[in-house]
This record gives sequence, C-alpha cells and structure tokens, in this order.
Amino acid sequence: MTHLVLRNVQKSFGNKPVIDGLDLEVNEGDMVCLIGASGSGKSTLLRCINLLEPIDDGFIELDGQDISDPERDPQPVRQRIGLVFQSFNLFPHMTAEENVMLAPRRIKRLSRDQLRPDIAGLFDRFGLSEHMQHYPDQLSGGQQQRVAIIRALAMRPEIMLFDEITSALDPELVGEVLDVLRQLKAQGMTMVMATHEMGFAREVADKVCFLSDGRILEQGPPEQLFGAPQQARTQAFLSAVL
Amino acid sequence: MTLAPAAPGKTRRELHETRARRRGIVIASLSTLLVIGAIVVLVPLAPGWEAVQESFFNGEVFLRTFPKLVQAFLLDVAIFAWCAPLIAVWALVIALCRDVRNPALYPLRLFAILYTDIFRGVPVVLVVYLIGFGVPGLGLPRPWNSPYIWGSLALILTYSAYVAEIYRSGIESIHASQRAAALSLGMSKSDTMRFVILPQALRRVVPANMNMFIALQKDVALLSFIGPVEVLRQAGVFKSLLANFTPYVVAAIIFLCVTIPATRYADYLIAKQNRARS
Repeated sequence: MTHLVLRNVQKSFGNKPVIDGLDLEVNEGDMVCLIGASGSGKSTLLRCINLLEPIDDGFIELDGQDISDPERDPQPVRQRIGLVFQSFNLFPHMTAEENVMLAPRRIKRLSRDQLRPDIAGLFDRFGLSEHMQHYPDQLSGGQQQRVAIIRALAMRPEIMLFDEITSALDPELVGEVLDVLRQLKAQGMTMVMATHEMGFAREVADKVCFLSDGRILEQGPPEQLFGAPQQARTQAFLSAVL
Repeated sequence: MTLAPAAPGKTRRELHETRARRRGIVIASLSTLLVIGAIVVLVPLAPGWEAVQESFFNGEVFLRTFPKLVQAFLLDVAIFAWCAPLIAVWALVIALCRDVRNPALYPLRLFAILYTDIFRGVPVVLVVYLIGFGVPGLGLPRPWNSPYIWGSLALILTYSAYVAEIYRSGIESIHASQRAAALSLGMSKSDTMRFVILPQALRRVVPANMNMFIALQKDVALLSFIGPVEVLRQAGVFKSLLANFTPYVVAAIIFLCVTIPATRYADYLIAKQNRARS
C-alpha cells in the first residue's frame, strides 16, 4: 500500500530551485534511501515532507490526504511524521527523559507517570536505560542521536525521516545508530533516509533514489541501482563514493 | 654530556612556567608599589591638598556619618529589591510582545517597539522627574501620591526597556535548529518558545542582566531628587549640616562595597559561560 506520495514538488530558496519537480512514492513499511551529492536537495526534501519548509508547488500526500495544502495547520501533520537531524538537536537544558517526554506531555496532555512505562520501554529497547537522567552533554554522539530517535518515536509517528543522522558521528559510533534503524525496519516502520552510508543503504533499503539537482534521476532496488546504474551521473557519483 | 632530570616529578616546562610566574609576581608587585608610592608622595604636594583632605577625607566626619548612611543605604537596597523582580517580569512581557507574529496582535508589537525606543532614548533622571513629580501632581490620595511608588515605577519602566532588549538578544541567540527540532515533533509555536527557547535564552543572558542590575542599584540614588531620604540624599543632608563633603565619599564607598563584588560575580559568570561554550 502506498503511504507517502510526492507529486511534482517544487521548492526554491530565493531564485535557486532546490527541489525541482520531484516525484516519489513510499510504500508502507518500506525503507527508502536518498543518496546524492551535498546540495542535491536531500535534506530540504525531508524538511519539506515534515512541513518545516513550505513547498512552493506540487502535492505531498500522506495516507491519501494532501498534507502540503498551505492553508492547513502543519502541527497535527508533523506529529505523524518523525524527523531526526544530522546534528541531533536535543534540548540541552533537559535530561534525555525530559527531551523525550516534552512533546507527548504538551501535545497529548499525558502526565509523566502515564508516559513513563512506554518511554522507559523505548530507552530499554535501544540500550539507553541507564542514561535516561543524563543531560545531552553527558552523552556520546551516538547516544545523543539514539535519544533523538527515541524522542521522535515517542510521538508514535506513522513514518520516520532521517537526515544524514550518522554524518556528525565518529566512525566507531555509526554502528550503534544504524542498529536502531535495523530494529525499526524489522518492526515494519516506514522510513525515508538521506544518507552517505552506501553499505547500509545497500543492505537495508527497499528502494534507493539518486538525487541530482533537486530531482530523482534514478531509482530502484539497491541491487539494481548499485549494481547496474543506468544514468551516467549515477555511475559517476557511485564510482566516486564507493 | 648527561641529561640530568631537572627536579624530581617536574618536567622542564613546568619548571620554566614556575620560574616565569615568580618573576611576573615580583615585577607586578614592584611596579604597583612604585605607582602607589608616587601618588602618596606627589598628591599631598598639591597646593590645595590640605583643604581637600579636610573637606573630603575627614576621619571624624567619616566615623560620625557612616552608621547613619549605611542605614539610609538599606532604603536603596529595599527599592532595588522590589524593582528588580518587577523589571525581570515586565521586560519579559515586552520582549515577547515584540516577537508577536499574529496580525491581530500587531498593536502589541507596535507598543513594544515604541516602548523600548522611548524608554531607552530618555535619560533615567528625566523619567524619574516626569513620573515622580508628574503623576502625584494629579492629586491622588495617599498612599498613591508617594514618591516611592512613582520613583520606583520610573526605574522599572526604564530598565525594563533595556532588559527586554537583552532578553530578545538571548532569544535570537538560540540556534534555529532548536526551534526546528521542537516544531518537527508537532509542538506549537508558543510551547516551543516556552519550553525550548526561553529556558535556554534566559540562562544565557544572566550575566548581561547582572550588569543591568548593578547599574540599577546605582540609579536608585536618582530617587533622592524626588524625595526619599536614601543614602545620597542623607549624605546631602550631612553635607549641609557639617559643611563637609566627606559624607559623599562615605556614600560612594558604601555603593562600591556592593557593586564591586557584584561586578566580579557577573564577570565570573561570563567567563564560566564562555568556557562552557568553547
């Protein structure tokens, strides 16, 4: 079943088009990886899907519902779409647990006691139980990023977006974050991920999209896109990074 | 040639740094002594020194007026104590009004802009005069004609304009990614401000606000112009009574006893914050 559909999405910053008539379909339970050079529009695309950036034209549909209507309140939509950032963006004045609890407390009006079992479960699942009361600056990059993922998951989103979430990490910390994604994939979470981790994309993705100049130049299952890329620019990009 | 260990447990660099530090302390002490010595020797050579010493640094007057002036200073502290929290709150209201984006609330924003422009543009002493004499002139009944109320209000209004700008600079210093993170979770703009932006911004501007409040403690003395017998006015009374300026020096020393430690503390906070951010 198709879950997220993008049709002819356009987005410019000033006169510079960043997303230039992009189409994309994401099926329920799929992991879609966006690859491409810096500046190809991967991050902007994810921010547009989460409605952090309003799109100029085109449609974004979630479950058959046009969420990109400019007249629409973006707040309820964002609650259904989790976004995890490259730079973690944890709230530094709150403990890990408070970071995770804030949005459900304010939006769903649940008390800390009501939330605690659920959230403790998430921390436990991702191996962070003993860090719930720590502040972000007491955690390693990998731990911070995992807390950021838990923070997004705590809103029980239908789909998760990941914006190069391992790019700011030391190499030895990348694995623990990617493991979290493997777990989510196994549980059937729908995910879209901008990444430079080609090995991971090849292993886990159901579909890989190569972005260039704000458009999807080529897409397909990983074995096809990595094994036999059709476009010259895809080939050039892959031979440069692999 | 043998490389003898310089000293047990010390590296060559540590030894060098110890020597350099010792040398620095000796030089700093000598030059300070020299300057102080010069002042002590040279100033009394001025022709008017006897008269100045008699009217500004009179030990007898000092001892006689000191206790009374400390008592009067307590009034300054009291005025400061009720003004400071009101400034902290009112300034926050102004700062938030200035960032209102809702078109229906535009008048609030306009008000906040005009407010900060006006009160930052007029000398404090003028505001004290205008409000301190002007409002009671309306013929209000007691206690509403008290110069304490209207003088304090003048300080609150003026200082809130400055503190509001400090708050705003703090709000703007919080990186946009914090707002993006909160909004991406589906939080409202007002919750994002209240729970994510403001707590960080307020912490960040504590040192800047410390400096404002040190200035406020000094400016409380401006209320002496409209009535309250606080330390400056009390010093003036003693000056007339004893025909001697020493009470003013006493008042200055009393102020310094409070403001110097407070300034040092503010500097310490700033240094701590800079360390934390680097």
